[in-house]
Amino acid sequence: MMMSSEVEFSQKFEITGGDFSSAGRTSTSIKEILKEIGIDSSIIIRASIASYEAEMNVVMYAKRGVLTLNITPEKLRFKLEDEGSGIENIEMAMQEGFSTATDEMREMGFGAGMGLPNIKKNADKFEISSTPGKGTSLDIIFCLDKTGKK
Amino acid sequence: MTLREIKELLQAEVIIGDESLDVEITFAGGSDLMSDVLAFGKPGILLLTGLSNAQSVRTANIIDAKAVVYVRGKKPDKMGIDIARENGIPLLSTKYMMYTACGLLFSHGLSGVSDVSQKK
Repeated sequence: MMMSSEVEFSQKFEITGGDFSSAGRTSTSIKEILKEIGIDSSIIIRASIASYEAEMNVVMYAKRGVLTLNITPEKLRFKLEDEGSGIENIEMAMQEGFSTATDEMREMGFGAGMGLPNIKKNADKFEISSTPGKGTSLDIIFCLDKTGKK
Repeated sequence: MTLREIKELLQAEVIIGDESLDVEITFAGGSDLMSDVLAFGKPGILLLTGLSNAQSVRTANIIDAKAVVYVRGKKPDKMGIDIARENGIPLLSTKYMMYTACGLLFSHGLSGVSDVSQKK
């Protein structure tokens, strides 16, 4: 699968909340897709980490979510919309170490309060919005051209 | 240090990846917390962990780890082994606990992941 400079790639992935055994499957697939398209390996790592953290958040905290991968010659973008409890205080959720994780989540090796800060750290642009009781939206962008690259 | 030397130092059992024991490992990191591994892991890392669920292998794959060593005699479940096989990640298991396993490798010259990034 090769991408000419004019072609845009887009794919939707459904993520099921609470499905701990499949958690990470979507991000593993996305990483394969990015490799096949021929994205720069340093961007693949950053994008894979961000999608994995975002996917784990849906599995841990939401009922379901849809992750949309969109690639143009200029940027790689993940849009994630989930239905779930949402985040009461985004400012606190963005602090390293702040977590509302349960023991089950911690047994999976997650829930240390590093997820959202780590997504932000790896992305070139990161936006988050949430409505408590409804869900959370993430917009995660990686620049593929030279400008604005980390 | 090769993965074979690491296997011998840790008296480890190879769960999968016998054919990859000559791969060169230049740094390692140990954690049971995958959140930390995702935050501090670097491509090429040897990951030592006591977390034996499928997430340990998925995390290793996401960060392009060279191999995973399970401490305290732990072994991943079938799903973890299948993911490792699909992605070509060697898995080893040592009876040593985390501190001893890391100490043995460090004292034989294998750098920690943070030491490597600080040198840059």
